[in-house]
Amino acid sequence: MSTEQLKTHAIKIGSIKGSGVEVKQETLETSIRIDKLNLFYGEKQALFDVDMDIPKKKVTAYIGPSGCGKSTLLRSINRMNDLVDSVRINGKIFLDGEDIYDKSVNVADLRRRVGMVFQKPNPFPKSIYENVAYGLRIQGINDRRTLDETVEKSLRGAALWDEVKDRLNENALGMSGGQQQRLVIARAIAIQPEVMLLDEPASALDPISTLKIEELINELKEKYTIVIVTHNMQQAARVSDFTAFMYMGKLIEFGNTSELFTNPKEKQTEDYITGRYG
Amino acid sequence: MDNKKIGQHISRQFNEEMEDIRHKVLTMGGIVEEQIEQAAQAFMQCNLEQAEKVIQKDDLVDSLEIEIDQECTEILARRQPAAFDLRMLIATLKIITDLERIGDESVRIAKMTMALEKTEYYHDKYHEIHHLLDLVKGMLHNSLDCLARLDADNVIAIKMEDEKVDREYGSIIRQLITRMMEDPRNITRALDVLWTARSLERIGDHSCNISEHVTYMVKGQDVRHISCEELEKVINKQ
Repeated sequence: MSTEQLKTHAIKIGSIKGSGVEVKQETLETSIRIDKLNLFYGEKQALFDVDMDIPKKKVTAYIGPSGCGKSTLLRSINRMNDLVDSVRINGKIFLDGEDIYDKSVNVADLRRRVGMVFQKPNPFPKSIYENVAYGLRIQGINDRRTLDETVEKSLRGAALWDEVKDRLNENALGMSGGQQQRLVIARAIAIQPEVMLLDEPASALDPISTLKIEELINELKEKYTIVIVTHNMQQAARVSDFTAFMYMGKLIEFGNTSELFTNPKEKQTEDYITGRYG
Repeated sequence: MDNKKIGQHISRQFNEEMEDIRHKVLTMGGIVEEQIEQAAQAFMQCNLEQAEKVIQKDDLVDSLEIEIDQECTEILARRQPAAFDLRMLIATLKIITDLERIGDESVRIAKMTMALEKTEYYHDKYHEIHHLLDLVKGMLHNSLDCLARLDADNVIAIKMEDEKVDREYGSIIRQLITRMMEDPRNITRALDVLWTARSLERIGDHSCNISEHVTYMVKGQDVRHISCEELEKVINKQ
């Protein structure tokens, strides 16, 4: 989907022909723009000419078989791939119009703006409170009142406050997996990022915790642009507004989630989502 | 689009389940086709034996409807189908409702035949509906053919046939009104013909619906309540 298509890809509400019902159109803004991105792990090319406009304050899901490059693509949005020695990238990624691979970009600052949550919850071996306050503390904010307020706001934002408000000083590692994952999300939103990258955030969780995370994603999109990688297609169908199907490093199809799951344009997409051999 | 679409899932059991549903819908269609033919013959020739057969078959149609309904629901719950699979199940659920209604209309005609047999005036052949019957049978047959081949090419022709059916129905009504005005003693008989023609016209509408559901299944676009020109655009779109 190009920028132009994205703009015209308005979501219509109550568009009944000739009924006089007003058609509300939601204009989509681009948050992240990926432009002809090619990525190599040494000699091996992992991404091929990926072009994509990720809309602001919407949930975009990446689906595709293992090794198709969806996690690689996600990681390149906050330059996590920089940590891998052999990685070589050409093409550009713009966050709000700014090229994130430009030499002038401060990577730590970029990662503050683009938060990330991984498959396995990774809380620090500290108290629940300190986990959430961590991001602020390393920014040099130590004012007790600011910290208290941010911790509460973030935990509420991650739908965890009611469960942990009486044990904020207990070690975070004593929480359940689902709670730990929401704590990690609270830690990410404490520093008010613009974008949240979720790499299979619920694949290690039980169905109820999974639903809580999905519910949370739905609430988070009011404030943040969310990009999620998931192996669970039903999850992508449930939580996302837009879905991108990737196969062997290429972006095969990107569009409105309900359309992609009911009437995909590409045969490869259809074969994958209906469980046929491609 | 070919029938291979139904198969080719990695799960062989899923293939079998989908194939089973398709097979049952086509069986149901076949029975309903027989019902119309027999009901119309029963009515035109006052053949009670044929009328009986139509009514007997209704139970089978009803039980197939329930069975297919359950199987579709089960697949939706257990497999969360997407794309063509999802559309096929949704369309199937609608198609079997239309088929069941067609069966009901045939039964209505059959029951009327049985009631008429007991009256004194049932000696005239009800030939007025002959042409309408042929048109409607053709429509249902073509709709089921689209379903069997998973091909939406004939849908425009079916929609045009439906317009012919409507015209034929209108002309039957006009004929009947003329007869009733000529001699009020014709009224009872004219009403019998009118009800039967009405049932056949409804069957035409249901057949047209079926072809629209098949189009949704194959093309992924809802083509209900649109003009023939718009329909043509959808069909020709690759």
